[in-house]
Amino acid sequence: MIDNDILERVLAEGLRTGADFAEVFASDWRGTGVGLDDGKIEQLSTGRNRGAGIRVIAGDTTGFAHTADLSEAGLMAAARVAAEAARQGGGGTKVIALTTQPSRIVSPIKIDPSTIGKAAKVDLLRRVDDAARSAGGAISQVSAGYSDGRTRIVIANSDGLVAHDERVRTLLRVSAVANGDAGMQTGFDSLGHTMGFELFDKVQVEDVARAAAGRALTKLKARPAPSGSLPVVIKAGSGGVLFHEACGHGLEADLVAKGASVYKGKVGELVASPLVTLVDDGTMTHEWGAIAIDDEGHPSQYNVLIENGILTDYMWDYLRARNEGRPQSGNGRRQSYKDLPMVRMTNTYVLNGEENPDDIIKDTPNGVYVAHLGGGSVNTATGDFVFGMTEAYLIENGEITEPLREGNLIGNGPQVLRDIDRLGNDFAMGNPGTCGKDGQGVPVGDGQPTLRVKSMTIGGTAS
Amino acid sequence: MSTPDRSGELLVIAERVVAMAKPGEQVEAYVSRGLSTEVRVYEGEVEHFVSAQSEGIGIRVIKDGRTGTSYCGTLDPSQIAEVLAEARDNLGYGEPDEWSGLAQPDGVAVVPQSLWDDSLENTSTARKIELAKLLEKLTLAGDSRVRVDDSNYSDAFGEAAVATTTGIRVAGRENGCYLSVGTLADDGDETQTGFGFAVGRNVDELDLERAAREAVDRATRLLGATKPESRRITVVLDPFVTAQFLGIIGGTLNGESVVKGRSLFANRIGDVVANPLLTLVDDPTNPLAYTATDIDGEGLAARRNALIQDGVLQKFVQSSYSARRMGVAPTGNGLRGGYGGSPSAGCLALQIVPGLRSQAEIVAGIDDGILIQQVQGLHSGVNAVSGDFSTGAAGLLIKNGTVGAPVREFTIASTLQKMLLDIAEVGGDLEWLPMSATGVSLVIHDVTMSGA
Repeated sequence: MIDNDILERVLAEGLRTGADFAEVFASDWRGTGVGLDDGKIEQLSTGRNRGAGIRVIAGDTTGFAHTADLSEAGLMAAARVAAEAARQGGGGTKVIALTTQPSRIVSPIKIDPSTIGKAAKVDLLRRVDDAARSAGGAISQVSAGYSDGRTRIVIANSDGLVAHDERVRTLLRVSAVANGDAGMQTGFDSLGHTMGFELFDKVQVEDVARAAAGRALTKLKARPAPSGSLPVVIKAGSGGVLFHEACGHGLEADLVAKGASVYKGKVGELVASPLVTLVDDGTMTHEWGAIAIDDEGHPSQYNVLIENGILTDYMWDYLRARNEGRPQSGNGRRQSYKDLPMVRMTNTYVLNGEENPDDIIKDTPNGVYVAHLGGGSVNTATGDFVFGMTEAYLIENGEITEPLREGNLIGNGPQVLRDIDRLGNDFAMGNPGTCGKDGQGVPVGDGQPTLRVKSMTIGGTAS
Repeated sequence: MSTPDRSGELLVIAERVVAMAKPGEQVEAYVSRGLSTEVRVYEGEVEHFVSAQSEGIGIRVIKDGRTGTSYCGTLDPSQIAEVLAEARDNLGYGEPDEWSGLAQPDGVAVVPQSLWDDSLENTSTARKIELAKLLEKLTLAGDSRVRVDDSNYSDAFGEAAVATTTGIRVAGRENGCYLSVGTLADDGDETQTGFGFAVGRNVDELDLERAAREAVDRATRLLGATKPESRRITVVLDPFVTAQFLGIIGGTLNGESVVKGRSLFANRIGDVVANPLLTLVDDPTNPLAYTATDIDGEGLAARRNALIQDGVLQKFVQSSYSARRMGVAPTGNGLRGGYGGSPSAGCLALQIVPGLRSQAEIVAGIDDGILIQQVQGLHSGVNAVSGDFSTGAAGLLIKNGTVGAPVREFTIASTLQKMLLDIAEVGGDLEWLPMSATGVSLVIHDVTMSGA
């Protein structure tokens, strides 16, 4: 995308005002999106966004500018703006010699979606519409979206690093409405991987459509969710977002450094039930949060955050690791070339326990079984978090019984981690997610085996 | 969008694309360009300074009821030609829809707005940094238990133009600045968080004292909060929370949701859907609204639309597509998320007609209730199709007419349909917030609180 000799001159320009670090992040994204609603392919849309963000760090100050102009003149102009913003007095010239990093492949792509005809993408959605509507006569509406994107990335910095990457992601989303005597209900499901169009050789889109429709149909018979504290059993592959919110964000080193995390100063301490080993793993092939290198050029890693309940480490980007004089962990990510990198999760999951998941339900006299979760959010400073249950059932006398209407669950992260008292052996990854932080969204994955939380507050209306 | 952009350059680009329409084609070009600055200060030093520029074009082509779109993040002429060719190619894959089409000029007069202030352009970088530093300092001075997470100044300058083969030809520009501060308050092992903000068209309009005071108050008022007992209770929503609630209600009063069978309120025009105390209008022509505008995203004049009058449902907000399909007049509510997106129906500036009493007067009349000061997880716990409403919350208990102990880590739940009918009072304390809805204290009976 950009030659090394141009990158070297741009980085040198970034350092001219006396800064100690300069970086170029350039990306070229092309993507296709198809939307179906109300029985029709509404439109097919294609787009392209490319540009470069230039970051200059002088002491504790970061200057950042971005441009859609990838010519040498455009890059030099952005470098001057960033350097000016981070001005630290001094100045001078520095010669930068870049060494290209060997390219690394974490998620090999078999079929680049851009080589697939648009008609084949449209056809996937027609199949989705048919399958969802055939799932039951009460299905009254279906909307679905297909999207793919391919991003080429070049990252170079004044420490001499040049790294290249190519990322391909493919996503299908289905949402269905069912209409019954008690009004409308919705169901959602999605499928997304860091993979090419071969995704649809592995997974039948009809299954995704039926899962979404099934959720809407199930809830037609649902009763209001309980109000108050009860044991909660979370199905494998549906509750990773609990860990993402309950502790993942609180283990991001930028929040820890500012004292905005309940986990500050807790490394080496027991912060969770000894059943819990929590990992953030950017190397998990084909998962939604998989990356070969992070957005600062550092190779992705398998990082153990909590081991048998004991906090082992936080997640790190370049800046926070530099401040602490320790290695990065491959968690420096950004939404696009227009954004500064921050500490972000990749694929965050809890390793398998030993129990048969059926036993966990059997041993729960009364509670709630959550089979699918929506989004969530957390206040990292207090640890209070919520997440929405989009498919849930009552557990009565050790059996899953009636479906429940939607609602939020609320808990406190450190408390909930300690209250995990059963862990299954049926690990599964969940749906693709977009994690938002400080206005930036990045793709993330999560997963866990079936587990039980001794007590959580369920925000329904039934007493 | 407001007064034409200085040079008219963006409109020229858009018109050039529209002139390339072939017989039988409807073509729309949306062109935008923006500049923004963001300064973050931490412990008296600049943590980062971001200077951002962006531009792009989105093109829609409609032929025989089929729609194709394409976009790119540059205004380079060779790229624009490629975008038009792509949009044409893409329409071959859309399915015919008899109501497809671009907005048609409907003769409704534009209510001019002043959305641009020259003085912001002349504000020095040093002054912007100084404002963020000053806000941090004022906030820290407010309470010894308070720390500042980050103090930010940002501004944005945007220009956009829309031209269509149906005769739309509009352009405008807008600027504004924003200060925000995030706070942490500590008491022993406990930490609580808060925030404060100030907005203006120029830096002299920014009220730093108020932003600092609110950031301190939000963080400290929850110190010592406990988890309340579960029960049914009367809630008083703080204006900031009411504005978030109205945003959700606005989302259900949408013509596109109606025509696609996703609205709670389809076929309910003329029915009582809320307590008669509630009158809700969408009025982007009110210059006091943060999201005031004169033209919608499809190029029609923005206008005042009464959605609920004295509890009775009056109308839905419409895009030109949904208005055509429902056989009603356009409402000027085409919303656009930048050059990459197509317009869709949405509220522009919701306002609730205020009542008479202050929050203190309202609270004085409540024996057992709760003042909700913040909510968490509206995106995950509210379903605008089924109406299920459940959100995490924090606030102050109300006992015998006075606010008392802080409470947190609980939810409040009901359904949207029931909450509208259970409204018991609309406060007189109207606040214009930097959101697409205004705030006012709102009393709602019989909400389920889930806690311990």
